[in-house]
Amino acid sequence: MRVRHESSLPLREGWGGVFRLLLHHRGFRNLPEGRQMAMIASTEPNERIGRGRSRGLRLPFAAICYLQATPLLLILGFFFILPILMIIVVSFWDYDFAGLYPDFLTMNYTDTLGSWVTWKTYLNTLKFTVLTWALTLVIGFGVAYFLAFHIRTTTMQMVLFLVCTVPFLTSNIVRMISWIPVLGRNGLVNSALIKLGIVPEPIEWLLYSDFAVVLALVHLNTLFMVTPIFNTLMRIDRSLIEAARDCGASDWQVLWNVILPLAKPGMAIGSIFVVTLVMADFSTVQVMSGGQSASVALMMKNQMSLLQYPAAAANAVVLLFVVLLMVAAILRVVDIRKEL
Amino acid sequence: MPKAAEIDIASVSKVYGTSTAVDTISLKIPAGSYCCFLGPSGCGKTSTLRMIAGHEGITAGDIRLGGTIVTDFPPARRGTAMMFQSYALFPHLDLVDNVAFSLKMKGVARDERRAKALEMLTLMQMEAYAARRPSQLSGGQQQRVALARALITNPEALLLDEPLSALDPFLKIRMRAELKKLQKSLGITFVHVTHSQEEAMALADLIVVMNNGRIEQAAAPRTVFEKPATAFVARFMGDHNVISGRVTSIEDGIVSVTVPQGHTFKVRDIAEIGKPIDIGIRTDRVRLERTSDKSLGFEGIVSNIEYRGASVKIAVIGAGSEDFTVVISDGDYFRKPVATGDAVSLSWALEDVIPLGLVSA
Repeated sequence: MRVRHESSLPLREGWGGVFRLLLHHRGFRNLPEGRQMAMIASTEPNERIGRGRSRGLRLPFAAICYLQATPLLLILGFFFILPILMIIVVSFWDYDFAGLYPDFLTMNYTDTLGSWVTWKTYLNTLKFTVLTWALTLVIGFGVAYFLAFHIRTTTMQMVLFLVCTVPFLTSNIVRMISWIPVLGRNGLVNSALIKLGIVPEPIEWLLYSDFAVVLALVHLNTLFMVTPIFNTLMRIDRSLIEAARDCGASDWQVLWNVILPLAKPGMAIGSIFVVTLVMADFSTVQVMSGGQSASVALMMKNQMSLLQYPAAAANAVVLLFVVLLMVAAILRVVDIRKEL
Repeated sequence: MPKAAEIDIASVSKVYGTSTAVDTISLKIPAGSYCCFLGPSGCGKTSTLRMIAGHEGITAGDIRLGGTIVTDFPPARRGTAMMFQSYALFPHLDLVDNVAFSLKMKGVARDERRAKALEMLTLMQMEAYAARRPSQLSGGQQQRVALARALITNPEALLLDEPLSALDPFLKIRMRAELKKLQKSLGITFVHVTHSQEEAMALADLIVVMNNGRIEQAAAPRTVFEKPATAFVARFMGDHNVISGRVTSIEDGIVSVTVPQGHTFKVRDIAEIGKPIDIGIRTDRVRLERTSDKSLGFEGIVSNIEYRGASVKIAVIGAGSEDFTVVISDGDYFRKPVATGDAVSLSWALEDVIPLGLVSA
């Protein structure tokens, strides 16, 4: 994940300012992951850092522990906590066409939440998220199940798994744009259908439509579902499946009663990846809908193009809150702690 | 009470690729008996058990359970239940649902199956833990749940794959006694795979010693111990000295065996002159006494002494044997103690020499 984002960083940078980069890149895309890391790494040192330092001279061991945690704390502090705090602070500022004015106004929030457009955009984003999530879950589970249970040798499993990651060797944008010649009015699909005489004229809804958006989102995100599910499936003790068969379970019963429940943590982790990525997506929606569909992040991008940074920041905080709620809901349904 | 099934294994083989795990074995396990498959790892005992259970395909031969040929049946239709080595309890289900699993697969209504499962757990004295998950249980408790899950289907035969290997030594002995008691009260056939001869001796009505995919001996524990059929069985069961040599003369049913180092021993057997032969001598039947008959004993040097409390184990080098073991009672030892490096005379009676054959191919 991290590597992929870093590799696509220059591309994004070319599209907007550093602030936007921070907003999308740090603030949203990596949030659940970053948050988990922050929790694991720094809750304790954060709480006890004062005491630890003062005792440092007498207790060199504790000092060493805090010293070891410091680099991560600094990195997370500067690149994760500080930007988020900045966004929250800026979201209360005032602005006009010429500049930003430090202030404490709730105007940005009332404007955002009071707008009919915001609600419609959220609904649209949620629609994309739910569709993409459901499709990636089904496809991802299918692929992972096939890899884990139908491929016999570990070598072949690894080879096929690497094959799954091949598309990731190119950037998101390239993969997205490559759909255009496939789905376009005179694209591969349409010309094939016409030549075969299945349709008399090109199908319009293939490209620049919600269909195209969901298709591209599923294409881009399925691997995030495959990986964690494959991981949990590989950890299922094969004797459990034999035990189920010994108890008279059919193939479907084994799948439903043993494999699916045990794959839940992987499905939850994959869902977190997919949901957070899709909720924060703007480029796929923009390119694949041809500008006809909106997403929350796209709305923010537009606000920033108009230099309405505080409005975008308020929007960002709202989105952050919504995504956190969704992640919390997923974690409430499935206990993933055993998997980590 | 569930009925017990006789298990009839007829010329069964299992081949994995080019290696033969089980090589045309035939065996009848009487209904209601406790049978132990005993052997070192890789001897084919687990493969045999899994073939009886239906978790492993049979390459050649047939398996009959209580008169029905089950060779091509799926596990659940065979009337067997298997208990897995690591118990294979479902980690995501509580104990009641674990035990009720096979009833759920059959479509028994929720309340009915849970009630029946609870009954089974009560039988295993595990009802107090009914709402727990398997990971919250100790090894012995997990075993009882696994037993409850296996027995809820009223199997005619219970197949146990090294059921005690995951337990600590103390618990092992306790659960062993529980298994035996359970088998007695249920009256069904138990087939138990183990690599511990002590476990097999303690439990079995029928011990099946396996090696290299073949059955070396299948008999009651006492027979296996007192009359081991082959050198492998004698060595594996322990408490036997095995001497290998060639037949040099036969007289009145007494065979003379000469070891490569020249010493000759006597054994009551039928053999051909010149053929290789193994003989076994129980370690506890050897005395530290001089004998008039040179071929019922030898002179050796004590190489090691182990005090074991009630007995003392003495290792002796001599007559071509590097590690000839003598076990004598502590009383006898301390009446006439010996030390490492001492020269000693060993002797035994002709009745205590057992001729060991080879596996009949």
